[in-house]
Amino acid sequence: MTASSTSSAPRIRVNPLVARLCHWVNALAIFIMVGSGWRIYNSDPIVPGLIPYFNHHYTLGGDFELSFKLHGEPGLAGATLWHFAGMWLLVINFLVYVAYGLVSGRFRRKLLPLRPREILRDFVAALSFRLPHEVGVYNAVQRLLYVGVLGLITFAILSGLAIWKPVQLKELTWLLGGFQSARVIHFLCMVGVVLFVIVHLALVALVPRTLATMVTGNAHVHPLTTGSRP
Amino acid sequence: MTRRLAPLERTSAVVNLERRLFLRRGLSLGALTLLTGCDVTNKDAVYQTLLAMSRWNDRVQAWLFNPNRLAPTYPESALSRPFRFNAFYEADKAPVIDGDSWRLELSGLIDSKQPWTLRQLNALPQETQITKHICIEGWSVIGKYTGVPLRSFLQRIGADTTARYVGLKCADGYYSSLDMPTALHPQTQLTVRFDDETLPTRYGYPVRVRVPTKLGFKSPKHIVALYVTNDDPGGFWEARGYNWFSGL
Repeated sequence: MTASSTSSAPRIRVNPLVARLCHWVNALAIFIMVGSGWRIYNSDPIVPGLIPYFNHHYTLGGDFELSFKLHGEPGLAGATLWHFAGMWLLVINFLVYVAYGLVSGRFRRKLLPLRPREILRDFVAALSFRLPHEVGVYNAVQRLLYVGVLGLITFAILSGLAIWKPVQLKELTWLLGGFQSARVIHFLCMVGVVLFVIVHLALVALVPRTLATMVTGNAHVHPLTTGSRP
Repeated sequence: MTRRLAPLERTSAVVNLERRLFLRRGLSLGALTLLTGCDVTNKDAVYQTLLAMSRWNDRVQAWLFNPNRLAPTYPESALSRPFRFNAFYEADKAPVIDGDSWRLELSGLIDSKQPWTLRQLNALPQETQITKHICIEGWSVIGKYTGVPLRSFLQRIGADTTARYVGLKCADGYYSSLDMPTALHPQTQLTVRFDDETLPTRYGYPVRVRVPTKLGFKSPKHIVALYVTNDDPGGFWEARGYNWFSGL
């Protein structure tokens, strides 16, 4: 990092290497899965009234027009290739991250507790821009968001498995209400993850130094941002 | 490419040209390039990596496949009526076939290769199933299929069931192939009747293969040739990038 006005401030390790690696691999995996998933959605829209299709320029799976010209299919083949390759990246990385989070105690330290009263308090404070960013500590709303997105990805993976293997894993598919119901759940998980990404990126834009922290792992402990809460 | 294209109705030159165009421009990574501004210089390498992952997925799915695990079956009340037509052409372009002159050609690792007539095939013991047809596009329909279990047909013609693949060719230029364990699955069927009637033209008259343990495109219609082989015969959509195993 280049020297900055805060370089003299003490630095603490906020995000260990495993967490940072998992974060960025997950970001890539989500990009691949959502991008190719949108293309797959276009083959048979789940809510045609609301989302008739995703603009193919923002989907992943190769040249839409060329594929249509040559094969009479709108690039579904390329999208499924991406989706079924990306799923390995998503699932393996997610398992590593969850195992690490549980074994190291990071989840317990950083994501708990989840108390409705604190969430409400911090949510109101955040809306009125009175919620300070505390280095290395997640406020209750952040904790809820991070636990929530972990749950969404878990259900995205489970519903994805139910769609991928409705015979070999038919009990799972049945639990999710059948094949078409599992598709809807898979779609809703995507919506939730995308909404999370939007909020996540908006918060990063508000507090840009968190981006550097997720790259280097270190954060400068600034007097104004040092919280007293555990 | 390690996967061979079946030397079929479409000339290999055309297929090669399409393949090359698809390789060169198909994986333009439009979204990625637009968003990041970076130039993906070796698109073929990206596509080759994706195809390698697809072959890895073939192996994983073959390993996951339980030959005794049955696809769910449904009551009559769950039948989809009308049943959705799907092909790489419109319904009125489906091949009209004369059942009397139709023959099922047999070749490859099979003892008795005499072609079969529809009458002979209809004389074999038949089974009925009500199963879900799931399309790679996402939609699904439930149909009632009656026909000869492919397993008993393969045994009757003396097919080498230790071979790896059963290849299928269709009257409309379509082609596909099954792994042997799936071909021997109790629900895999040479279908001759649909919804208690003679298999209609739009659903594959006179014979289609019904594979309820795979995606719909692995259930080819209007079958005219069946062969047993150890060389991967590929398939119509498989050559265009669909995963070969596509097991459910």
